[in-house]
Amino acid sequence: MDAQFAIVGRDFAISVTDTGVSRSIVKMKHNQDKSWQLTPYTIMTVTGEPGDIEMFSEYIQSNIKLYSVRNAQDLTPKEIANFIRGELAEALRSRNAFSVNLLVTGFDKVTGEASLYRIDYLASMAKVPFGSHATPSFILYSVLDREYTPDITLEQGLEIVKKCIAALKTRFVVDMPEFTVKVVDAQGTRSIDIVQV
Amino acid sequence: MNRAIEQLTKVDASGLAARDDLEHANAQARMDNLSFSLAAGDNPASFTQKYTDVKSEKDALIKIAHGTTTLAFKFKGGVIVAVDSRATMGSVISSQTVKKVIEINPHLLGTIAGGAADCCFWERVLSMQCRLYELRNKKRISVAAASKMLVNLVLRYKGMGLSMGTMIIGYDKNGPGLFYVDSEGQRLENNLFSVGSGSTFAYGVLDAHYKYDMEPEEAIELARRAIYHATHRDAFSGGFVRMYWMKEDGWVTMPLEDVGELYYKYNPEIQLTNASESPITVTSV
Repeated sequence: MDAQFAIVGRDFAISVTDTGVSRSIVKMKHNQDKSWQLTPYTIMTVTGEPGDIEMFSEYIQSNIKLYSVRNAQDLTPKEIANFIRGELAEALRSRNAFSVNLLVTGFDKVTGEASLYRIDYLASMAKVPFGSHATPSFILYSVLDREYTPDITLEQGLEIVKKCIAALKTRFVVDMPEFTVKVVDAQGTRSIDIVQV
Repeated sequence: MNRAIEQLTKVDASGLAARDDLEHANAQARMDNLSFSLAAGDNPASFTQKYTDVKSEKDALIKIAHGTTTLAFKFKGGVIVAVDSRATMGSVISSQTVKKVIEINPHLLGTIAGGAADCCFWERVLSMQCRLYELRNKKRISVAAASKMLVNLVLRYKGMGLSMGTMIIGYDKNGPGLFYVDSEGQRLENNLFSVGSGSTFAYGVLDAHYKYDMEPEEAIELARRAIYHATHRDAFSGGFVRMYWMKEDGWVTMPLEDVGELYYKYNPEIQLTNASESPITVTSV
């Protein structure tokens, strides 16, 4: 069971994932980074079926890198999200569909705007101010609905992240001791060592 | 992804030196064109699924043997690999002297859990690919690349009843390497893994006592005890503790130890009634 969620402010986006990898009843790993850097200003977090995650994410990552190399220019978050959706949709009706849920967070240097695209395994895409996937979303969405306003600052955003993590820790049956928190803004991408609540 | 990488290397190979190994591995798996013939029909995966029983739930024509304890962990002196040696077919112990570690080459080891045939076959294939890599590139393959090749091989048969949970252990220019690869296509790197039905028991012992800065003797004793305790509680694990120590210049083997004898060693207050007359020994392993 993986948890992932993300929040967007005016000029920044925060993306959060848990760090556990489990197989059957055993936790195989406690420190896995489930986010993939696509360009210096765009990251995606991926959860879903074990093998599919790597296969699909590496495919996407390589192709976006290829575009950057060929054109000496990075794709914008919007373009990346649409590319991912297209690839997922094309695979969906074939024999090898990917069971992956994604959150694409990025900062557009031209417009100066941060954005978040929520894409699920059926290749439906929505541009949202905050998003989450799978079972943890049942807990997280009410917290996000309650706390979020479009004009939050980064500090306020991180407070919401703390509240979300606290909600997961108190109410979610699966224990998630650690989370990766990444911020995307005009300076690029950086990891934040959030003080655990 | 292969297509993308092929084009990438054409466009700009110099900027991607760090991922050189992995890309070579991918390219070569493609070149060797290693493949199985699949069941004829529309959807080979769902056809095969009906006749293979990976989770031992239903009546299926092909039953896959399960039950193992394997473990491996990194420590300051390299990597310790320890496994049990029992093979079971349902409730019957079919062998007590199975080799669950595959010696891929002098610097790489693989462990077996899940379907023995799948593990043996694919790690044999991997061994061939690693040798070809050496011949082509005049250098040893990295552990990361070797495990990536294995995962790429099994991914082609995802959902068709493959059953394997394996660890790839080695020593390369980046130091000790330990990867977990399974038939789902998952590939993880970590300092400590245990796989198989006895893995929960092994984890219990390992997590409590594992430290990276262990002396070799401590590490070997920890691995021995973890396997011993797993064989004690897990009916599908048993036989002998087989151990390897992966060092900078390749692996070395440790003497086999009968878990039955370990029981008396760890519980000295319990005496084997006729121990002196007929100690449990193995003649050929």
